[in-house]
Amino acid sequence: MSAQANVAPNTIARRPFVAELLKQRGTSLIACGLGSPTWDCFAAGDSPEYLYSWGGMGLAVPTALGLALAQPKRRVVAITGDGEMMMGLGSLAVIGDQAPQNLAVLVLDNEKFAETGRQRGLTSGRTDLAAVARGFGIANTMIVTELGKAGELADFLFKAPGPVFAVAKIAVTEDPWALPEKDGATIAHRFRTSLGLEKP
Amino acid sequence: MSKNGTHWSGDVFREMRARDIITVCTVPDGGLTQLLDLIGGERKMRLVTLTTEEEGIGVATGCWLGGERAMIAMQSSGVGNCINALGLPTAFRAPCLMLVTMRGQWGEFNPWQVLMGQATRPALEAVGVRCYPVDKAEEVGETFAAAADIAFNSRVSAAVLVGQRIIGAKGFGQK
Repeated sequence: MSAQANVAPNTIARRPFVAELLKQRGTSLIACGLGSPTWDCFAAGDSPEYLYSWGGMGLAVPTALGLALAQPKRRVVAITGDGEMMMGLGSLAVIGDQAPQNLAVLVLDNEKFAETGRQRGLTSGRTDLAAVARGFGIANTMIVTELGKAGELADFLFKAPGPVFAVAKIAVTEDPWALPEKDGATIAHRFRTSLGLEKP
Repeated sequence: MSKNGTHWSGDVFREMRARDIITVCTVPDGGLTQLLDLIGGERKMRLVTLTTEEEGIGVATGCWLGGERAMIAMQSSGVGNCINALGLPTAFRAPCLMLVTMRGQWGEFNPWQVLMGQATRPALEAVGVRCYPVDKAEEVGETFAAAADIAFNSRVSAAVLVGQRIIGAKGFGQK
């Protein structure tokens, strides 16, 4: 292993990559991290089963964990960014401890705080998020550096016995704005309605 | 002690069970020891140990989005870690129930606890959390029940602040 975790240049274009993944999600519930991962999921086609986020940095993974515990028969996949994941890193220890078999985490890692001006992020250096996850007891991890591996990653995220953790090294790209509903009560209502917990 | 001479934790535990609270997220506190033992010994409940209290806000919100009731139990210093996170249940209009054991408030030995002991209630109220302070052991159970009902029925954030007068100050082996 190199001391530098990230040797390959980031080439994956996030929008087609996330769209390709989501085509294969089946009935999985998606907990989106704030900002770009939320835009990516919405750009791939709106669904009440996408829990969009506009805030609460660091809480995408804990929220996904809560969902996975409450919905043990449904697959739950958190799709978040590297800055968001780094802020909630301790939650991976909580997942390692609870070990829900229906939970997967995907970090779309462009090694930048892209939303705020592309400032350098901590995963651009020596930090290896997959190694961190393994250290917290999430044994099954995957790092993807090519768009062509989307199918393999989809199988891992949506089918492999959880908890699983994956990192996709994505490029910094200029994508058109794709902004979903931003009222949290509306997002929660349609999400819970899709689970049969509330009436439309 | 509560009304019937038992620890207040038993009263809170009964109210939790009566309301189908399944998941309790926590960074433990000495004042929560008995309650956490009761929860840990109940098969129908789930204890989620956190690295920091704000994670519990996310987990509890996720549980509610998935149709289960959850809460967070912490000491007052942990409240400081939760402030930004409390925007999450507010935005989703999800209930958020917190049980907070107070430190730095009544006969505290450790000066490092005093700041959050003083700031807990104003900080929570500044982010819209309804606070239910209680200073008598026999009233903890009913106060918890009232806060839980407000939180889950009206889908708001509510915190029960269990006074240090009830719990006592940790002595650290000193006189």
